[in-house]
Amino acid sequence: MIKGNFIDNLPRVYGIYTGGFLAFIIIMAIGEQMGMTAKAIGICFVAFTVAIYAIIGYLSRTAQADAYYVAGRQVPTVFNGMATAADWMSGASFVAMAGGIYFKGYGYMALLVGWTGGYVLVATLLAPYLRKFGCYTVPDFIGTRYGGNLTRFLAVVVLTVASFTYVTAQINATGTIASVALDIPFQYAVYVGLVSILLCSMLGGMRGVTWTQVAQYIVLIVAYLLPVFWISNKMGAGFFPHFMLADEVARIGELEQQFGFVKNSAADLANVPKGLAGITKAHSAVNATPWAFISLALAMMMGTASLPHVMMRYFTTPSVKAARKSVGWSLFFIFLLYSSAPMLATLSKLSLIDPSLPTGIIGKSIAEVQAIDWYQNWNSANLMFVSDFNGNGTLELNEFFMGGKAVVLATPEIAGLPYVISGLVAAGGMAAAMSTADGLILAIANAISHDVYYKIIDPKAETAKRLVVARVLLVVIGFAGATIAAMEIQGILGSVIWAFDFAMSGLFFPLVLGVWWKRANKEGAIAGMALGLASGMGYLIWVRNGGSGFLGITQLTFGIFGSAVSLVSMVVVSLMTSEPNAATQKMVDEVRVPSGKSILGKQH
Amino acid sequence: MSKQAQHWEKTRGLLMMTLAIWFVFSIGIFLFGAEMESVTGPFGYPLTYWFTCQGSLGIFVILIFWFANRQEKIDEEFGFSEREDD
Repeated sequence: MIKGNFIDNLPRVYGIYTGGFLAFIIIMAIGEQMGMTAKAIGICFVAFTVAIYAIIGYLSRTAQADAYYVAGRQVPTVFNGMATAADWMSGASFVAMAGGIYFKGYGYMALLVGWTGGYVLVATLLAPYLRKFGCYTVPDFIGTRYGGNLTRFLAVVVLTVASFTYVTAQINATGTIASVALDIPFQYAVYVGLVSILLCSMLGGMRGVTWTQVAQYIVLIVAYLLPVFWISNKMGAGFFPHFMLADEVARIGELEQQFGFVKNSAADLANVPKGLAGITKAHSAVNATPWAFISLALAMMMGTASLPHVMMRYFTTPSVKAARKSVGWSLFFIFLLYSSAPMLATLSKLSLIDPSLPTGIIGKSIAEVQAIDWYQNWNSANLMFVSDFNGNGTLELNEFFMGGKAVVLATPEIAGLPYVISGLVAAGGMAAAMSTADGLILAIANAISHDVYYKIIDPKAETAKRLVVARVLLVVIGFAGATIAAMEIQGILGSVIWAFDFAMSGLFFPLVLGVWWKRANKEGAIAGMALGLASGMGYLIWVRNGGSGFLGITQLTFGIFGSAVSLVSMVVVSLMTSEPNAATQKMVDEVRVPSGKSILGKQH
Repeated sequence: MSKQAQHWEKTRGLLMMTLAIWFVFSIGIFLFGAEMESVTGPFGYPLTYWFTCQGSLGIFVILIFWFANRQEKIDEEFGFSEREDD
């Protein structure tokens, strides 16, 4: 089934898989009715889905370089779209995004616009041209276009800094979910998560990751949409929430007026457990300045177009034409989840704060709230907290605190959905975090094994040896990421946003100008990458250590400064040095048309 | 002008048009976030809110497919589209 015309059979294979997964959910639901414990259901969901991914990873094993690095360049458009969507949507998108919208409203939604708008840049500026180039990795393009080992090496450095920042957060997320679902300590759960991740990618490289990511997308989208639709229907908010929640959004606005946003004193807030927040910002009203919104969206858009683990997915399509279409499909599959996150945030917030709903807790007595089952569960998981600051015995809006993750994880339980949904959500979060971690670890390991080891250190290495090096690196990088994740230094979202800023600081202009500006040369690219990354990182360190920053650029948008430095230095240095030789200029001409041979051979 | 130069000129034109639309819906309209707020948008949501959670996102999806089709036409026009066995 896997060999031969596997590609032609894809719709059938994944159709059966989806049917099987839905049947599994129903079996679990029946199990719950027959008295299966919540813990057993959680274990079944995570173990079953991870086992399936591992089997796909094993069936996709390969000993060929082009299958290992670019899945043999035969992934059809729509399936590559699904794989990219899974690659893209991380544990943060799945678990933290609805929470961010819940707490920060409009200002946070700049991320939604940024994380989707970036794909327009990918489709128009880069993906089709890099596909035509025929590279295995992003540094492969930089190194061949500009020439020289230094450019290649710098691209690997930027890629590693950005992707590694990102991957620790993903391994952290798999660890969190594994520790809750399997009930083991976080320090061990991180390594359980890591082993699951490596099972998908180690034997099959990009091929294994591609087919597991498609499977993971199906799990995560079912796990996200099913609860949103179910909760909306159960609350009577509307059959199709995306089109029908206008009244609910307006009602939240009314309640905000009625309750007001009371500011808590620092002494009161000191009692609130770390990481929890109250509702302090308007839900749908504009609560950020235009520049705060636009700068964050812009940083995320340019970051999207510079992140190598996304770009390399478009190296796997059969043609340039397919690469372009595939970007559209990717964004469509991402859109399905991103447009649902604000709806989930709306439903979650309304069900908690509306006193006229049976689930509403604002306005009830503190003792009554503390006696609710789900409150006790999530309070003991350190994700919910109430405190009677003003001593009137009643819960006010400013006295209720929740963790960002709770919006996705706890809302099904609050709305009274069966536990099987919570198990499903855990499996979805695991799929989201695993698929992104796989893409990132593979991007780093491939760049080091292909660009540093094969292209710079030992250009005569045989394929078998190259693939051994690639796999060893995969494991080493995975363990390094897991070890840092186990130390728990950062929240999930902070480090994800930094990854975008690092990537855009060092790579955005060297990549774009490599295609769109023939005059860009090696010296310019070196200056652009080195100064861009250094200045972005310098700005971040400055702001983190109490620096005031300028132009409203914060630690979340420092890539705007880094990429501006990168652009200026690249243009100035390019113009000061000699123009690229005729062979390079001809290469750029060839990249610009879809027809003809790729620049780099099929096996290189 | 060579065929290739003409092809590139048209490609660049399409890029500019696509990026202009992209700019309007990712940056331009959010300069006026506060002004658009009181306007009722599709499905009864406040217009700014609708753009951030559905409008801009959906427009980007359509924009990419539109761009891909236009670019294919340009490639075909100049005979630069790929053969099936490439």
